[in-house]
Amino acid sequence: MLFSPAPPMHIPDGFLSLYVSAICWLVTILVLSLAISKTNQSLGERQVPLMGVMAAFIFAAQMINFPVLGGTSGHLLGGALAAITLGPWAGMIVMTAVIAVQALLFQDGGLTVMGANILNMGLIPVIVGYGFYRAVLNRNRIAKLAVTGVAAWLSVMAGALFTALQIWLSGHAQLDVIVPAMLFVHIFIGIGEAMITVAALSFIMRTRPDLLGEESESAKAGGGWVLIGLAIALVVILLSPFASSDPDGLERVAINLGFINTSNAAVYNILPDYSIPLLGQTSSSTIAAGVIGVMVVVGLAYAAGRFLQKKKV
Amino acid sequence: MHSDAFDRYHHGHSLIHHIDPRVKVILTLALIVSNVMLPDGAWPAFTLMWLVLLILNRVSGLGFWFTFARSFIALPFALAAITVLFSPQGNSVLSIKILMWNLMISDYGLIHFASIVVRSWLSVQIAILLVATTQFPDIVHAFKHLHVPAILTTIIAFLYRYLFVLVDEVLRLLRAREARSAAASGSRSAGGVLWHAKVAGNMAGQLFLRSYERSDRIYNAMLARGYQGQMHTLNPHHYHLSDWLTLGASSILIIILQWIGRL
Amino acid sequence: MPISSSPIPVLPDSNGSVLSVKDLLFDYPDGHVALRGVSFTLKANDKVALVGPNGAGKSTLMLHLNGILQGKGLIEISGVRLTRNNLPAIRSMVGLVFQNPDDQLFSPTVFEDVAFGPLHMGLPEAEVRARVDAALEAVNMSAYRERLSHHLSVGEKKRIAIATVLSMKPQILILDEPSAGLDPRARRLLINLLRDLPISMLVSTHDMALVKELFTRTIVMDDGKIVADGITAKIMNDEKFLHEHGLEKP
Ligand SMILES: Nc1ncnc2c1ncn2[C@@H]1O[C@H](COP(=O)(O)OP(=O)(O)OP(=O)(O)O)[C@@H](O)[C@H]1O
Ligand SMILES: [Mg+2]
Repeated sequence: MLFSPAPPMHIPDGFLSLYVSAICWLVTILVLSLAISKTNQSLGERQVPLMGVMAAFIFAAQMINFPVLGGTSGHLLGGALAAITLGPWAGMIVMTAVIAVQALLFQDGGLTVMGANILNMGLIPVIVGYGFYRAVLNRNRIAKLAVTGVAAWLSVMAGALFTALQIWLSGHAQLDVIVPAMLFVHIFIGIGEAMITVAALSFIMRTRPDLLGEESESAKAGGGWVLIGLAIALVVILLSPFASSDPDGLERVAINLGFINTSNAAVYNILPDYSIPLLGQTSSSTIAAGVIGVMVVVGLAYAAGRFLQKKKV
Repeated sequence: MHSDAFDRYHHGHSLIHHIDPRVKVILTLALIVSNVMLPDGAWPAFTLMWLVLLILNRVSGLGFWFTFARSFIALPFALAAITVLFSPQGNSVLSIKILMWNLMISDYGLIHFASIVVRSWLSVQIAILLVATTQFPDIVHAFKHLHVPAILTTIIAFLYRYLFVLVDEVLRLLRAREARSAAASGSRSAGGVLWHAKVAGNMAGQLFLRSYERSDRIYNAMLARGYQGQMHTLNPHHYHLSDWLTLGASSILIIILQWIGRL
Repeated sequence: MPISSSPIPVLPDSNGSVLSVKDLLFDYPDGHVALRGVSFTLKANDKVALVGPNGAGKSTLMLHLNGILQGKGLIEISGVRLTRNNLPAIRSMVGLVFQNPDDQLFSPTVFEDVAFGPLHMGLPEAEVRARVDAALEAVNMSAYRERLSHHLSVGEKKRIAIATVLSMKPQILILDEPSAGLDPRARRLLINLLRDLPISMLVSTHDMALVKELFTRTIVMDDGKIVADGITAKIMNDEKFLHEHGLEKP
């Protein structure tokens, strides 16, 4: 689908309950207002056309694909790249504009659930992407590229996890199915995102290093981003195996918070034998799978970094 | 393919084309919210909503089935909800054995799943009707007048303007890549995933730099015409009596829908 | 910075010139020297061509004429020196049309684009609307008022781009390669438009036939300097000179 590099992530209307949609809107509006007031304070007037054209860039760049394994193709989603090149606040606003146009003009994602879509694809990926990049801001090129790869992958996984949780909280899917399924699909989407983000960033570093230099927005944001980015990444790594292997634990939390009522609960045990290859049944095996996944991506990103370094054109 | 394929507006002079964009935006949102609020299995209300949509299609001169024919975009996402089919509540209507899984579809699950899909599918049609009868810049204006922060509406306006320019650039890049990989077939074109990713990444990087430099030139063009950091626009829209009537009629429709849905 | 809503009338200074440039020097941040001492003057109602090979510095020079780039040297608009403080007033007097119409037309609709200049001069709404109509009329594009910019052909974009500065009622028009990419009919329409506009203009172009047809005076630039400034017919007949500067006789 032309406009859906990752169709599973653009939630359409009707797939979240109004309650969950409203909460996502609330969170999104809070974070966005902060982003808007920060950009209004700190950015020059030059920034308005820059962010506008960059939004068009992200939109257009999502059409660039490349063949991965067996007929599938990799795409750029752009959250991490936007965050790194424009700085976190401007990155959020740019991604929000992209998601809004996809929903409004192309019905790619719903309108009542736009808050959730912005959160999952616009805010979370930017926070994770920038947080990791910020941690290695002053390190060498290879470290930056490798960490960017991991960040891009995790930013997609975090968005997928949040999407899965929202659908589950709406009572429209079972936790032990939706979480592993969403994460499994996004492992590969995330690898595509990681590779293309690293390659694009490497190209920019080579041709216009000044855009990422000390004076750029990309280098100016505070160290607090590292903590927030790592915290969200940690949530992904810890919550995913927990959600897929011990759904009743999370379900109890959701019931206590009043998200789902008891009559909808306990739907998790109807597929006793359900399992997804790679993410096993017990929490220890899923955590192991998660850790292995992270290591594979780190390795790939490092290899990609070396490869790009070597092949300087 | 050319970026013009992205246009969604269908020019016309119908009643619906002439309703104030602000009213259309509000109504679209209200109808979608109403639609999402309908309980599971509210078939009469869903049907009424769809009939109203078909009539609106007709009135706007798009043709009866216009939004229906374009509404299948949301369906792939239905996969995400497919598991509710196998809900333990209600009575079993069908059970399937696949490998080691014994799947049981319940009547409750079936209704729940169908309702989710129908809600989503009706909502998409409502949104399609909006963009087919309203120029996108008018929709952006509407959001501005409905107090969406100016920086967002301004960036969305730029995004819309340059979407077409940059998509054309991407299509040119993709075509160039195709032409070259055909020429080099046998050597590098069958290269590994990493190589393909690198080519795609270089394209994205190049597009990024071109866009960056373009934004510089646009900024200059804005400066040359008096831009000093604030974007001013005129308010081209005024409410007419017909707009208020539309609002009133639609509110009644929504109340009826919700009432029928809960009978 | 207050925006003056009534543009200062441009009267020729004591020497009769509306635009005068003296010893303009400029290097880009990357160190590339683009202008190495450029001087010339434009008299009221002069229409002057600016030619030169790619990279000669034509666009760079034009960006200086309403203060977007600021190099060393002196620029005077009707005897008033261009400084940071009078930029808004100067920008409404010197209308600059960029080389690429996709950069010039940055708004979603034609109306918004043509209205952008007058709106940002702080004019009242009725006046803005009147000016938009008049500017579109002047370039013969009144029917395009409500159109979307991305739907226009290159020729239409070029003419709307001229309208976007005409709506500011400038006293001097600076056009960067207005005829590039036009088909013969669109080019003909443009030539007629430029001939009929009663306004001083400096037009950079690679279209020597257009120069010969429309302008009596030509300035030739090469490598950041003016290498000739005189009567078009004379310059066009000096084939050796033209060849030296990468130009061709029409
Ligand atoms: N932003 C920039 N940074 C660095 N160098 C630049 C920049 N813009 C232009 N230049 C250089 O300055 C020189 C003059 O460029 P300019 O665009 O003024 O030439 P021109 O005469 O308009 O050429 P053309 O006929 O191709 O439009 C060129 O060598 C160009 O490479
Ligand atoms: Mg030029």
